[in-house]
Amino acid sequence: MTDYDAVIIGAGHNGLICASYLAKAGKHVMVIDGRTEPGGCASSREFTPGFNVSDCAQWLSQFDQSIVKDLDLKGAGLSLGKAKATISLQPDADHLILDGDQVSGAGVDPVDQAAYRDFREMVRSFAKLMTTLYRNRPPKLVEQNWTDRFTLMKLGLKLKMLSRERLRDLMRVVMINIYDVMNEHFSHPALKSTIALDAVTGTNMGPRSPNTVYSYLHRATGEHLGQTGTTQVIGGMGALGKALATTAEKHGATLKLGTAVSAIDKTGDRVTGVTLASGETVSAKIVISNADPTTTFRDLLGYHQMEAGMAKRTEHYRSRSGTAKLHLALSALPTFTGLTEAQLSERLVITPSMDSMETALNPMKYRELSSGHIFDISIPTVEDPGLAPVGEHMLTAIVHYVPFAPDIGWEAGKPRLLNQLLEELEAYAPGIGALVKASELVVPSDFEASHGMTGGNWHHGELSIDQALMMRPFPGSTQYATAVDGLYLCGAGAHPGGSIQGLPGRNAAKEILKRGAL
Amino acid sequence: MNQYDAIVIGAGHNGLTNGAYLAKAGLKVAVLERNPYIGGATVSRELHKGWWYSNCSYVSSLLRPEITRDLELPRHGLQVVSFGGGATFMRNGDHFGNYSDHDRHYREMARHSKRDANAYDRYAADTSLQTKLIRPYLMRTPPDPTSMKPRDLRDLLEFARSFMGLGEEKLLDTIKFWTASVGDYLHEYFETDVIKAHMAGSGIIGTALGVYSPGTAYVLLHHYMGDVDGNVGAWGFARGGMGAIADSLSKAFQSYGGEIICDANVDEIIVKNGKAAGVALKDGTEYKAPIVVSNLDPKRTFLDITNPADLPKDVLKKARNFKIRGSSGKLNIALDGLPVFNGLDPRNRLMAGDLHFSDSLERQERAYDDWKAGTWSKDPYLDMMIPSLTDPTMAPPGKHMMSVFVQYAPPKVEGREWTDEDKDGFEKSVIDQISNYSPNFRDLILHCETRTPREIEAEVGLTEGNIFMGELTFDQLLFNRPFPGYAQYRSPIKGMYMCSSGTHPGGGVMAAPGANAAREILADLKKSNTVPGGYADD
Amino acid sequence: MSDVSRDTMLLTTPFHSRVEAMCDLNDWGNWMGYTTPNAYFDVELEYFALRSTTGVFDLSPMNKYRVTGPDAQRYLDRLITRDVSKIGVNRVGYAIWCDDNGQVMDDGTIFRLGEQDYRICSYQRADDWLAWNKLGFDVTIENESEAVVGLAVQGPTSCTVLTLLGCHDLNQLKPFGIAHYTFEGQPLMVSRTGFTGDLGYEVWIPPESAETLWDQLFQVGHDYLIKPIGSYALELARIEAGFLQANVDFMPAEEVVRVGRTRSPFELGLSWLVDFSKPLFNGRSALLKEQANGSRYRFAMLDVEGNKPAEHSFILKGDKQVGTVTSAAWCPTAKANIAYAQIEMPYGAAGDELVAEIYYQRELHWTRLLAPCKVIDAPIFKSPKRWQTPAPPH
Repeated sequence: MTDYDAVIIGAGHNGLICASYLAKAGKHVMVIDGRTEPGGCASSREFTPGFNVSDCAQWLSQFDQSIVKDLDLKGAGLSLGKAKATISLQPDADHLILDGDQVSGAGVDPVDQAAYRDFREMVRSFAKLMTTLYRNRPPKLVEQNWTDRFTLMKLGLKLKMLSRERLRDLMRVVMINIYDVMNEHFSHPALKSTIALDAVTGTNMGPRSPNTVYSYLHRATGEHLGQTGTTQVIGGMGALGKALATTAEKHGATLKLGTAVSAIDKTGDRVTGVTLASGETVSAKIVISNADPTTTFRDLLGYHQMEAGMAKRTEHYRSRSGTAKLHLALSALPTFTGLTEAQLSERLVITPSMDSMETALNPMKYRELSSGHIFDISIPTVEDPGLAPVGEHMLTAIVHYVPFAPDIGWEAGKPRLLNQLLEELEAYAPGIGALVKASELVVPSDFEASHGMTGGNWHHGELSIDQALMMRPFPGSTQYATAVDGLYLCGAGAHPGGSIQGLPGRNAAKEILKRGAL
Repeated sequence: MNQYDAIVIGAGHNGLTNGAYLAKAGLKVAVLERNPYIGGATVSRELHKGWWYSNCSYVSSLLRPEITRDLELPRHGLQVVSFGGGATFMRNGDHFGNYSDHDRHYREMARHSKRDANAYDRYAADTSLQTKLIRPYLMRTPPDPTSMKPRDLRDLLEFARSFMGLGEEKLLDTIKFWTASVGDYLHEYFETDVIKAHMAGSGIIGTALGVYSPGTAYVLLHHYMGDVDGNVGAWGFARGGMGAIADSLSKAFQSYGGEIICDANVDEIIVKNGKAAGVALKDGTEYKAPIVVSNLDPKRTFLDITNPADLPKDVLKKARNFKIRGSSGKLNIALDGLPVFNGLDPRNRLMAGDLHFSDSLERQERAYDDWKAGTWSKDPYLDMMIPSLTDPTMAPPGKHMMSVFVQYAPPKVEGREWTDEDKDGFEKSVIDQISNYSPNFRDLILHCETRTPREIEAEVGLTEGNIFMGELTFDQLLFNRPFPGYAQYRSPIKGMYMCSSGTHPGGGVMAAPGANAAREILADLKKSNTVPGGYADD
Repeated sequence: MSDVSRDTMLLTTPFHSRVEAMCDLNDWGNWMGYTTPNAYFDVELEYFALRSTTGVFDLSPMNKYRVTGPDAQRYLDRLITRDVSKIGVNRVGYAIWCDDNGQVMDDGTIFRLGEQDYRICSYQRADDWLAWNKLGFDVTIENESEAVVGLAVQGPTSCTVLTLLGCHDLNQLKPFGIAHYTFEGQPLMVSRTGFTGDLGYEVWIPPESAETLWDQLFQVGHDYLIKPIGSYALELARIEAGFLQANVDFMPAEEVVRVGRTRSPFELGLSWLVDFSKPLFNGRSALLKEQANGSRYRFAMLDVEGNKPAEHSFILKGDKQVGTVTSAAWCPTAKANIAYAQIEMPYGAAGDELVAEIYYQRELHWTRLLAPCKVIDAPIFKSPKRWQTPAPPH
């Protein structure tokens, strides 16, 4: 007799979703996490007294709404803000505004406006196809069975329903870079770079890097997953984590927070449970890991417990990142030149041109600090004042591109980078520096330490085509089952990958139930 | 009489090949050439008395043996001689040598890393698998995956079968290979920087991508899939320079009754009632033919010499969006003697191969960063050869001819046209780099021809100076080359065809596009096929 | 670097000066980048030295890897398919290793030199695969290929010869045992192993003592009719004795380009080396699947009628081609015509009667011969001396 049917390593959103679905199906599930707050990347933290920041992910834009419904997350208290426009800040304060299919400001001409609508329509048609793949386990291509064949048939049918020209477009663009696609569609530099930002967020790639169209489409699946655009979670991202935790518990799952799993136990030729940092062991019929593949296989299971080819594949799994976060506690609402107070609640981005994005990227490749950065800014306290003390505000921004470990070291590098980032912000928000009560810069290596994401990669592994779909995380361990008996994956390192989306957790649970593994 | 059955525009190797197969089928064919000499980018020129430069393409491996044999090119004077060797000279004074003998190659690699030397066998096997997959498709027309025609469906099915036959794991590894960066791909085999850098060069030559850009592993394959006498991956020199290939092709063409007209600068393709009717030259001369084949790159074909009114809008848009990027330049240098590099004995056989100075992926990537920023690489990746060590016809005895291919050079310098000062700066960065590894090099230079993308475009007509007539990224390969829906050599205008390296299977002196296009034209004319099929590669 | 001619030469082993002096035929081959003798004076006579007196074969180009450290045994247990713990200290085990797909990468011998101290001796190089296998294990792996050289000393009088060399009580050493001696102040290791199927030893020593070892060995062995052996003679002996050879009887899995050309242990008749009671080794799950679903091929030893060696022959069952021969020889001691073949399932079980399609040439005249053959279940050459302890004197 085992303690549980399944033990899930990691109370990130995918772990909790997986737990909820399994518990709902009557399975006896325990979720274990070393962090004291549930949610993983969907988490909040009081980084300075009174300021409760979404310390990792800050936007919700592609959360699968079928999960919200299946698990009644609204009933558990999940509340989303209004859909945000994206305002791309311009040095001359004539900002570019992208709202739904509309684009305005910054002198963008009607040709680009029309092209933007066409582009969005094209992207939607491609994203719809991807959703078919995303809501199913990734089909095997050669060793097909009826489940996979059915997915492929559905996909084939949808491909056939695209016009011939669209299909050709898809075959052409899916592996290329966003840089060329932008140049093909638009002439306005800021419009190009603003769209391109969505193709590189959370990655170590620049717009010229092939595969960025794929990562753009990955984000664009959001609309087909039922989300109406970029939103913030009321109460901060941690509120999503809490809602998911409440739900999992409501369905009967046990949560054990504050004690990390230190090892995945293997007895004979199968996984039989986990050992905690406390020394305690928990046995289960299966172990499901919400940790990234490198952490799961290298650190928790250990290379000595698997065949060598799998260890080799794990070593080759790439999860580099160039993404940092900047948190600022502000004594008052800052002023951004050319923006109204109301507009401060939108998504503000600083992403001057695609070429300058590339220039910002280059130093990172050589473990150097860049002289200019890309910002994706949220001032959540405008819509949700409760996150900061009355009258005070908070700014949190995703910042690209920051090396994992600069040659000068982070001890010297961090203060330098922090000052530089504030200076860069000052150009758009004069006086913001004077409002800063407290600040924190979280670099990729910090994310690795705090959230256990290898390389600080938000997607639990780079989302390039060779690590996507039926190749995620790598051959032999796809379809949520790994090459080790009894060990499953339910995190972003499994299909369909990262972002707060919930599908890996949901799909993994469905696959495990379907296989009758429990 | 200016009336022909078919007119081919451009006497490059593909134009001549195409013309030869049409003429062989009994058509009256003229190949028109803008320059006073033939060859396009497959040319040898005596720009310094006694020294012959292969001043564009400089080595041969991809030239399809089926074509060489079928058109009897050896009888028409072509002799391709294999060369061995090659080295990357390192900043620390050492080098990594590339020996053609397996044991010697092992020992040289083991000198740097025993593990890498052993891993090379695994690398060679895995890479061979990929060349085996692609080689059968070189002499074939790519199927259209959106088509329901029996021929396309049959070809697609066969294509799918060859991939499915790999099994799940190898299929996924294949997809990975096709989408990976050459840097990441090599990292799965090797630990030593200089070994990776030496091999990564093939992933970026002629390409506007860096060693860390996904898709460059395929470019590596493009340089590996050729062969000399069945030795897959081997490279050789055409004796007398690359012009010997064009010469032999022209003789083959003429032996079938074809006619070559030089100094014929085409202004426009004449279209009547939606059908190709001939061409008009800039000087007003007209040549009439119901078949017009363009060996110009897709951009020039559709944007320069075709009246936009004759083309559907989508083709104009596709032509404008076609990626053909200037990324390289070339120096051809006449030398008074043999330079010594890093103390390597000049008698060493390594000298006869391709020589490089980029000893790390990081240096190669930084060279690409310069290109992205719109300037030539300050520390460029060089692919340098001394063909006169193999072919005595290239330079006087004891003297040498050096060909230096330079990656990267932008099509425009910081957004503006190249100036002569830029060209001098570009030349200086190359000469300086070579001199850093060779103390006597500078003093040996007798003459240097420097070709930036500006010169290559102006003389050869390769848009932006792109040597492959279009980037070799997946969006422009196979059924996407040059554009989706037009990958079977037919243009949207009836009677007008494409046969350049801008079509499948792409650049390199392969002659396959010219041959494949001829096969399609003959099929449309309901003539019997004169183009040979590909050799089996099992 | 600057000496052009030397730079491209094949390497020679530390025994080379002596080998060269005895190589009357001047017939050389390339083994792993080393110049090695194909034959010294007469292949047939060299072979009979192995079977009747003592033959000496230079093993130096073999690849040797030392595996030490707290996890050495666990490391090897994951690497190879058999149970390493069953190999005692100072014992040797024959082993194969597979990739994750259960396809054989190479075979070799595992020498256990101490509690956590092993040496892998393999035909193929394995630096890369051994390094990948190191992940997760506290072991040190050292390539000792050049630090240790060896001679195979094989044949009925080999024990006597080596005893005269100073290897006292060698006759007490059991098959697959290891004994340690000192030779001219250097460590000399003797293992009762070999590739000939008869009584025989392998002698391992640092390269500095190679020439002295050779000289003394031939001096003390003179009266016992010691002879040097080239690779052709050894090839005959190994086929007769039933040993497989990488790149001849199977392709190392990592070097295979074409799909389906790799082989599993079952398909090579080596299932006795696969121990499923171990919970983990490379290829285990794939091999379990193969065991359940069946193999594609069967390794068969064929006793071919007639005296024409069935080299490179097709194997037929009726009119159907069911396999090909990988190694074949007329075996002079057993007086049998033996061939190894890979046969498609379900054919090739012991006792199955097949036909070998043999092509042979006499004075430029080719003849096609359909020779009936029968699958046998054990090697044709069986020498009781191989297993006797104490070892017989001759």
